[in-house]
Amino acid sequence: MARPETNPDPAPPFLEVRSLTKYYPITKGFRRRVTGLVKAVDDVSFSIREGETMGLVGESGCGKTTTARCVLRALEPTGGQILFQTADSGTVDLAPLSRRELRPLRRQMQMIFQDPFGSLNPRMNLFDIVGEPLLVNGMPNRKERQERVAELLGLVGLRPEYMQRFPHAFSGGQRQRIGIARALALNPRLVVADEPVSALDVSVQAQVLNLLLELQERLGLTYLFVAHDLSVVKHICDHVAVMYVGKLVETADTKTLFYSPKHPYTASLLSAVPIPDPRLRSEGIELSGEVPSPANPPPGCYFHPRCAYAIDVCKTQSPLLRQVSPGHFVSCHRAGELPLQGIVT
Amino acid sequence: MGNKTDKEGAMVTLEGGGEPLLSVRNLKVHFPMDEGRVRAVDGVSFDVQPGQVVGIVGESGCGKSVTMKAILRIVEPPGRIVEGQIMYHSRASGEAGTSKVRGTIDLVGLAPNGKEMRDIRGAEIALIPQEPMAAFSPVHTVGNQVIEAIRLHRDLSKSAARQLAVDTFRDVGISMPEQRIDSYSWQMSGGLRQRAMIAMALAANPRLLIADEPTTAIDVTTQAQILRLLRKLRFEYNSAIIFITHDLGVIAQMADYVVVMYLGKVMAQGPVDDLFHNPLHPYTQALLRSIPSVQSAPRVKLPTISGSIPHAFNRPKGCPFHPRCTSFMPGVCDRDEPELKAVDGRQLVSCFLFRDTPEVANGQA
Amino acid sequence: MEESLDTAPLLKEAIPEDRVSVASNAQLVWWRFTKHKPALVAMVVLFMFFVVLLFPAFFSIQEPELTDAKLAFIPSQSLHLFDGAKLRPWVPTVVGKRNPTTLRMEWKIDASKKIAVRFLSQGYPYKIFGLIPTRLHILGAVRADEQNRIYLLGTDRLGRDQWSRLMFATQTSMTIGMVSVALSIFLGVLLGGISGYFGGFVDLVIQRLIELLQSLPTIPIWLALSAALPRDWPPTRVFFAITIILALIGWTTLAREVRGRFLSLREEDFVLSAELVGCSRMRIILRHMVPTFSSHIIATSTLAIPVMIISETSLSFLGLGLRPPAISWGVLLQEAQNIQTLALAPWLLIPGLVVVIAVLAFNIVGDGLRDAADPYGK
Repeated sequence: MARPETNPDPAPPFLEVRSLTKYYPITKGFRRRVTGLVKAVDDVSFSIREGETMGLVGESGCGKTTTARCVLRALEPTGGQILFQTADSGTVDLAPLSRRELRPLRRQMQMIFQDPFGSLNPRMNLFDIVGEPLLVNGMPNRKERQERVAELLGLVGLRPEYMQRFPHAFSGGQRQRIGIARALALNPRLVVADEPVSALDVSVQAQVLNLLLELQERLGLTYLFVAHDLSVVKHICDHVAVMYVGKLVETADTKTLFYSPKHPYTASLLSAVPIPDPRLRSEGIELSGEVPSPANPPPGCYFHPRCAYAIDVCKTQSPLLRQVSPGHFVSCHRAGELPLQGIVT
Repeated sequence: MGNKTDKEGAMVTLEGGGEPLLSVRNLKVHFPMDEGRVRAVDGVSFDVQPGQVVGIVGESGCGKSVTMKAILRIVEPPGRIVEGQIMYHSRASGEAGTSKVRGTIDLVGLAPNGKEMRDIRGAEIALIPQEPMAAFSPVHTVGNQVIEAIRLHRDLSKSAARQLAVDTFRDVGISMPEQRIDSYSWQMSGGLRQRAMIAMALAANPRLLIADEPTTAIDVTTQAQILRLLRKLRFEYNSAIIFITHDLGVIAQMADYVVVMYLGKVMAQGPVDDLFHNPLHPYTQALLRSIPSVQSAPRVKLPTISGSIPHAFNRPKGCPFHPRCTSFMPGVCDRDEPELKAVDGRQLVSCFLFRDTPEVANGQA
Repeated sequence: MEESLDTAPLLKEAIPEDRVSVASNAQLVWWRFTKHKPALVAMVVLFMFFVVLLFPAFFSIQEPELTDAKLAFIPSQSLHLFDGAKLRPWVPTVVGKRNPTTLRMEWKIDASKKIAVRFLSQGYPYKIFGLIPTRLHILGAVRADEQNRIYLLGTDRLGRDQWSRLMFATQTSMTIGMVSVALSIFLGVLLGGISGYFGGFVDLVIQRLIELLQSLPTIPIWLALSAALPRDWPPTRVFFAITIILALIGWTTLAREVRGRFLSLREEDFVLSAELVGCSRMRIILRHMVPTFSSHIIATSTLAIPVMIISETSLSFLGLGLRPPAISWGVLLQEAQNIQTLALAPWLLIPGLVVVIAVLAFNIVGDGLRDAADPYGK
């Protein structure tokens, strides 16, 4: 999964997700007979190199958040492997681990949440919120914790004097900083950010994005960045994976994906982004219809009912993810032969 | 106050064109609470020309939704319009129309639930709400609700109203409108519901549509469909649209004229191209610089606006933006509230940086 | 996103900003509660009830069991604080005369003869909390003898002082209400918590049990259970049995609420966040989940106490709960069961009024607490 200009990396990737699946059963009736499966995540594979940012994009219900939560093992995947390069004990497959086996690994991977109001316990003050990860991971000394919390608050741009305050005293952007400080308390190596700026006001979004970039540089973090806003993804990610109804449709480095997409869904997604410039009013690609439900997807390629380029094979056969150029994977029967356009400049 | 109104009166001619459809003048909506008075909308003025798309853009707490509610006279208590006018110029009597309303009316003077206001609401000014799921009753078919809305404002038989509803459904791009009209809102997808909502708003052929964040609850590709639909319908129905959103991208794509609000005040307003390509107000400038765009270079630090939006109770004295403003002038910005003034002949800006412009000098003379 | 009004800043006007920022949730709830004036008044009323609960003997004037058939149905003597212009508390005397035709004693208030009374005077001996012997009472006649007895709320058919009995009844009834609610909370939180946190089969069983209990008609169940209590049990044992019966039936609503809270809290981001930083299950429950709904539990229990009090009163009134010699509000009201007594001695209904006041006070405080605990709800 190397970029075209760099040599293929001999070392195993930092995080490699292989054929990840997460199915939810649909039950019916009193005896809860299983009548079907919702394939929330269906055979998703990607990998991230250390210190880079992978963006997972897609519309609501595409499975991007489920994928991210499976990677963190907040959810139990139905199948597949999550190969994570730990700091000390080599590569570990997180997928089959039990709650107990996961606990020592938790400190290496943390999450930043979308909702800055729901993700902080309103009954705890900042010291407890940011210091809790330290406390439960073996730092019982209060004084030591206080020093570390002060340091962390400084790192995310909050005054250490705020330690005694409760979350209700802070605005959305500040709460998001608190959430980041908590996530960073254990010096994680992988940070999963689930729509970290979409609940924030426009004028505050940029502050948080800058902070995330700055922290990545200073601490060498690896991000898995889940978002629906393509402008934000383009701004922060090195690689992007596009999902549609639980499946990965295209993944490439950001530049390739945004300027020469090879999947018709990616292209229409890009053209649908409203550009904040009245001189660039594009009519874009008209996508008819809407995202199908993962409980009842169409046969063949899930995108074919909305695709302008669909041919007979698309209606019957599900396309496989294949490499069209180094590091650029597309799941489309007609990848490479379509006249698709990326973002206009 | 009289002096101020005069100056604002001059605004109308400045914006050009004939008689505006709607003129909001110095509108103030306050919420008296136990803890103090929240000045949710505090002296907002703007015009909507017939057939024009006016975008109101702002962040949370800027008062854009309250402004919309004030125009429709649906501000929830304890909120109250304490000052200002909302002049609505209804169609001339000869013009074909459905409404019983004639002439120029100040909506502020009407009883919120009186007959006149009810005649205007829906028939003359219609709302496309943010959450179409909540806007339809789940126990009646969508068609029946649309037909009811039509018959409320137009003297049509049931079958004629149904025919009109089907036609409107077709206009908003709902396939198989004859069948879809008999379905319930929960049987429809998000995009379809939003289209049905637009059909309901359009059915009475209103002259002004108010769209309150109509695309925030839906996906990007569906949003693109809805925006395109609104652009198309605007010409077909010749309705003006007030488009309320926090998304600058959507505004750039949709609006002809933009009103930028912050903490209940209009910071700047002007034609969309001027506002995006020659922003004058420091807030507009900073806002435009700080948004990441698919156009901009990746992984560079974005210029930010420092601090966060103060709470309505802790509204700063003077210009509400001054604590976050890079051009803050101590002793000026934190003392008086700047007034909205025409600056380069096209934009209106409320900022002390522009107090020396000739227009103002004339005004003071 | 639009115009959301956070409650914390709402308070900023009244209270200095920094105090709000470092205020814990309990403090915020309290500040919001103090804005609710009726609840504050009700709180004061409840406080007085609690004081009586703790020291009933101090507030009584005479021994509650002291009977004297000669002194039956004496009407209430009102307490006067001023004699003329001077602060010299007194009560009027009552004069009894036997009606020659009905042979019944008829009592008349004679305000011309005053019995001087004194606050904090010496009376019959008792022990505070059963430990400290004392004779101190809130009120007593200056010259204590047979002639100078005071009956602030009159006497009943056996000539017992109703005021003093009411003090002891308050202790019993309030204790039953609160202890049974405490037991209900324990059962409700435990079973509801298990049900909500673990889900699955356990949840199914507990939910069916709750449905079964709730579908049983309460009054017959009480009747059956109380009737099953041996007649010869001492009052204290009956007392605890009644408490337990009330709790066994009362826990279901609370359990449902707790389960619902657990289910919704399990989905909260901050609970997931606690899981991800490596908190143990126990810590997640005790440190993150329980505190989040504790204020709700307090509010709900405050609202449950009056229900228990009413239940006990109804049971005892019907003669199925506490029985004399135990004294509770229900037992006192039993005295007012027939029309004849009512016509003759309407003051025997006063305990009913006290029940109404107590129930109202609990309800108003409970409402205030609920509103204060849940600022975001409507």
